[in-house]
Amino acid sequence: MGKILMKGNEAIGEAGIRAGCLNYFAYPITPQSEVAEYLSHRMPEVGGVFLQGESEVAVGYMIFGAAACGERVFTTSSSPGISLMSEAISYIAGAQCPAVFVNIMRGGPGLGGILPSQADYFQATKGGGHGDYRMLVMAPASVQEAVEMVMMAFPLAEKYRNPVMILGDGLIGQMMEPVEFPENLKSEPSNKDDWATNGMDTRKSKTRNLVKSLFLDPVKLNEHNLILKEKYERMKREEVRFEPYNMDSDYKILIVSYGTMSRVCKTAIDNLKAEGIDVGMIRPQTLFPFPEDAVFQAASTKSCIMALSIEMSMGQMVEDVERCVHGKCPVKWYGKCGGEVPTPEEIMDVVKSCLS
Amino acid sequence: MGKTFKRPEALSEMDSHYCPGCTHGVAHRLVAEVIDELGIRGRTVGIAPVGCAVLAYNYFTFDFQEAAHGRAPAMATGIKRVRPDLAVFTYQGDGDLASIGMGEIIHAANRGEKFTTVFINNAVYGMTGGQMAPTTMPGQRTTTSPFGRDVKDVGMPIKVSELLASLQTPAYITRQSVIKPKYIVKAKKAIKKAFEYQIEGRCFSFVELVSTCPTNWGLTPVEAVKWAEETLIPYYPLGELKNPEQAEGGSDAK
Repeated sequence: MGKILMKGNEAIGEAGIRAGCLNYFAYPITPQSEVAEYLSHRMPEVGGVFLQGESEVAVGYMIFGAAACGERVFTTSSSPGISLMSEAISYIAGAQCPAVFVNIMRGGPGLGGILPSQADYFQATKGGGHGDYRMLVMAPASVQEAVEMVMMAFPLAEKYRNPVMILGDGLIGQMMEPVEFPENLKSEPSNKDDWATNGMDTRKSKTRNLVKSLFLDPVKLNEHNLILKEKYERMKREEVRFEPYNMDSDYKILIVSYGTMSRVCKTAIDNLKAEGIDVGMIRPQTLFPFPEDAVFQAASTKSCIMALSIEMSMGQMVEDVERCVHGKCPVKWYGKCGGEVPTPEEIMDVVKSCLS
Repeated sequence: MGKTFKRPEALSEMDSHYCPGCTHGVAHRLVAEVIDELGIRGRTVGIAPVGCAVLAYNYFTFDFQEAAHGRAPAMATGIKRVRPDLAVFTYQGDGDLASIGMGEIIHAANRGEKFTTVFINNAVYGMTGGQMAPTTMPGQRTTTSPFGRDVKDVGMPIKVSELLASLQTPAYITRQSVIKPKYIVKAKKAIKKAFEYQIEGRCFSFVELVSTCPTNWGLTPVEAVKWAEETLIPYYPLGELKNPEQAEGGSDAK
């Protein structure tokens, strides 16, 4: 299949279907409502389930109920909606069920605005709901990458029996780009019969399955949390993904940036290179697990005098950058978070001011 | 002659944590008997609420999920939409369903989701320690209405079955009780009918059960039955409020 031109939100919906996920529940919210609109006609075509829930709170639990049956299921929303779903996400993580959540971020806090933002970094990577849990978080920088990440998300959610989030900014959802869908999604069949409440007859078993997150015994709850922690540690070992850019140069400045913002940074880096200034970039593709070692190594290079976290938020990822740079060089933040995307010229000016 | 009264296969042998005089045990047993009689244990998924029945999953012997406060109808929707072949029921109390979960139950009922809800109405929050519920009677003392429910301040108790029956979507809505054998016999029939409607893919089905909570009412079990019969049942009258035949114009229409 060749490339076709598609809007990000529609491509995300199609990617879910191509990943073999025929169950979608959602509630409309700008700037991602096109996913629900697209799937409202596409799901019936492929014999799948489409349901518009009465609220993001309810949708979160529709996802939980379906996921607990061992069925592939996903939803899409935007920042305020994800806040409402965060309760369910905590329960899903606690009950160890696989599910995929897509957040097409808009500006906040509160109602904020409807334009692109990356202000849900903390919410996505540090746990937006209560309790000790993490999501595996992937951040696409193009419509093509959004498609690939959505398709990767389902097997990953099943591998870890944990929610996976695709964290895109409003631009990823709204822009049209050429996209090519991978022909076949290869994924290992998961042994859901061990845990899913899919009915004893379905799995030809005489023992029932129970999906829950309640552990009233403090020793058992601690043991349960240690099991979850081991999964998150395993994600750190096996799932880190990032893209280095101009990292084979003698860069003095290291940029760390993700999503749409990283594309603007690439333009700035190319322009600076033409002026004789080398800047390197690490683009995290997974925000959790964060590319800790890559950022540390990059900041430890002799030529590097400063690390810059450039993000469409008021300094969220910079805390992870500081943690990973571990004092090897000073760390600065630059960003905007009202819906404006910083321009290449602004970033070039920031880099130059760091060098002067 | 063999044993004629046995533990239903769908009911586990675990001792329950419910207080003396509590009617949860009766309601659990009725659900278990119905599941046995319909032969659906192998394809049933129950959903436990938050409240006294949060541990209901320990007392049944089929697949169970545990919901957050009030969200059981949304979870049941998720299950039933992706696995229509499963028999799904939620088991919820009045704090769970009528307060924090009111949105979920109304919309699930209005969509005509093909699952069953067993709604335990004992006019009080149980597990959290006897606080005022949306179903608490006028003047009823609870730990958060120590001077009695003041309807001028917090409104009248909500009649959930009537509220749901007012929706235009066909459904089976009934209110029964489990406080005395004469009520229990009818309650069992209603629960069975509710599951049958679901299995036939007919409609959403809802069985409210007027129940007791001696501990949080501050009454003995015997006094609690008397209070429920004299105070709750007159306000929450028993009987069938709605069935799908009415919408279909059938002979059972009232």
